[in-house]
Amino acid sequence: MSKARASLTRTSLVHLALISYAIISVFPVFLTLINSMKDRNAIFRNPMQLPSPKTFDLVGYYTVLGQGDFATYFQNSFIVTVASIALVLLFGAMAAFALSEYRFRGNTLMGLYLAIGIMIPIRLGTVAILQGMVATGLVNTLTALVLVYTAQGIPLAVFILSEFMRTVSDDLKNAGRIDGLSEYAIFFRLVLPLVRPAMATVAVFTMIPIWNDLWFPLILAPSEATKTVTLGSQIFIGQFVTNWNAVLAALSLAIFPVLVLYLVFSRQLIRGITSGAVK
Amino acid sequence: MGSLQLKSVRKSFGNVDVIKGIDLDVKDGEFVIFVGPSGCGKSTLLRIIAGLEDATSGSITIDGTEVVTVPPAKRGIAMVFQSYALYPHLTVKDNMGLGLKQAGAPKDEIEKRVAKASAMLSLEKYLARRPAELSGGQRQRVAIGRAIVREPKLFLFDEPLSNLDAALRVNTRLEIARLHRDLKATMIYVTHDQVEAMTLADKIVVLDAGVIQQVGSPMELYNKPANLFVAGFIGSPGMNFIEASRLGITDAKTFGVRPEHIALSRDGGDWQAKAVHVEHLGADTIVYLESDKVGAFTVRLFGEHHYAPGDAVYATPSSGQTHRFDANGQAIR
Repeated sequence: MSKARASLTRTSLVHLALISYAIISVFPVFLTLINSMKDRNAIFRNPMQLPSPKTFDLVGYYTVLGQGDFATYFQNSFIVTVASIALVLLFGAMAAFALSEYRFRGNTLMGLYLAIGIMIPIRLGTVAILQGMVATGLVNTLTALVLVYTAQGIPLAVFILSEFMRTVSDDLKNAGRIDGLSEYAIFFRLVLPLVRPAMATVAVFTMIPIWNDLWFPLILAPSEATKTVTLGSQIFIGQFVTNWNAVLAALSLAIFPVLVLYLVFSRQLIRGITSGAVK
Repeated sequence: MGSLQLKSVRKSFGNVDVIKGIDLDVKDGEFVIFVGPSGCGKSTLLRIIAGLEDATSGSITIDGTEVVTVPPAKRGIAMVFQSYALYPHLTVKDNMGLGLKQAGAPKDEIEKRVAKASAMLSLEKYLARRPAELSGGQRQRVAIGRAIVREPKLFLFDEPLSNLDAALRVNTRLEIARLHRDLKATMIYVTHDQVEAMTLADKIVVLDAGVIQQVGSPMELYNKPANLFVAGFIGSPGMNFIEASRLGITDAKTFGVRPEHIALSRDGGDWQAKAVHVEHLGADTIVYLESDKVGAFTVRLFGEHHYAPGDAVYATPSSGQTHRFDANGQAIR
């Protein structure tokens, strides 16, 4: 913001709003983290208190990590998330390129059809999806989850990426055509690098709901070998007794892989190599 | 090694006809410029020649070969774009060599041609840089170099100077003229700037509304415009058009005379007029006048002249340098 337009009150009001929103967003995470490191009594007696030497207890983490399956759960979550993101980005970007680059009959209609996926939640089709997975023998496989999440992520990916691809200079693509690049080479070598920030945005938006999802793992892949972290944590939540230490510890641990993925993608968000391409 | 024929080329987008039947013959080694106002179809026509757009109908032959169904890379053309369109992730050298690499040329051949082109454009120092590290003028030189390296039958330029500032534009214009002399290649160049057209072209094609208005050398267009559109488009300030009936001319609809072909005098002349506004440019003085007899018109005088708004003057069109147009806007000769 330029100095001339920035009044102190205005700036401080903006920052006040941003800070309070940040506190509201981070608070539950913070609460989970501090309570995961306290003993059971302290969690219930003083949930807001930071762990003190007296209440500090890593019993939750011992329980979670001691139960050997959790490594598998993490691995499953990670495989499903990464594979889904990869497929969403690949197919979403290809569809977006076709929609934004080529004039063909039914182009707009196809774009609208794909956009409908953003408005209708995929969970409405759970029963049909389950029937389909049973029929194809994919129940209790990670493939089932990857397929569902790819379908879930593609509409938004196409929507965002096709807008971005429209902004890629036509001259650049035409220069590639004159130099004899195939349409695939133009897509992978000229267009994709230029929309990388948009790809990172899509990756982040796609990743978080997948990582946090409980619904589809519960329905499509509840077997011990295919459980994801969110589903795996449920074993500590009983009908009568809940092992809060373990639940909070599992959730705290689940934050880290997704945080790492986020950092990877957000680095891409800021790195732009478009400058100098055109103009 | 680089002739081009267009025969009744048409292009429509849906119901809109953008190009309405173009016939054109470009001889080997000619520098042809398409000029016209925005939206006249000149860029579309260039893209059709390049193969980036499909013509709705008509035939295009390069060097005697029909190319309508040939992809751009195989037409033996090279194109320079207004926005440079350099590959941002490649170095200058790779930018220039990519076309040959795709065509499967041997490495030392690519090396040799890139070296030759970069020497012509004094780009040797920048070969290892990426486009982002170059200035606008250098980027456009790289784009031109990329075209030269391909040794095409036909060079296509799509408003290559429009993104450059005024000083660079003049330099690059001279550079393109020099290249044309050195390479003796056929060049087709699109611009809306008539100065570029007049200074560079062997042959100018004036387009309006998807139709060729006139084809000719710069001086032909200037001295013998075929119709009102060409007369008004070529020359700056534009030609003065006066209703012929006001001058007592009966066999024409419109009388035209260029601002530089009118003499001004305080003592006497054909048209009595009053100066409304005067622009002093040093080399030129442009006087805007208002007359009861012929209405508003413009006069361009060479050198400095001391006229001021409100001055009463007499204007005289120089004989032999006037134009007459019929009711359809066609020139009467």
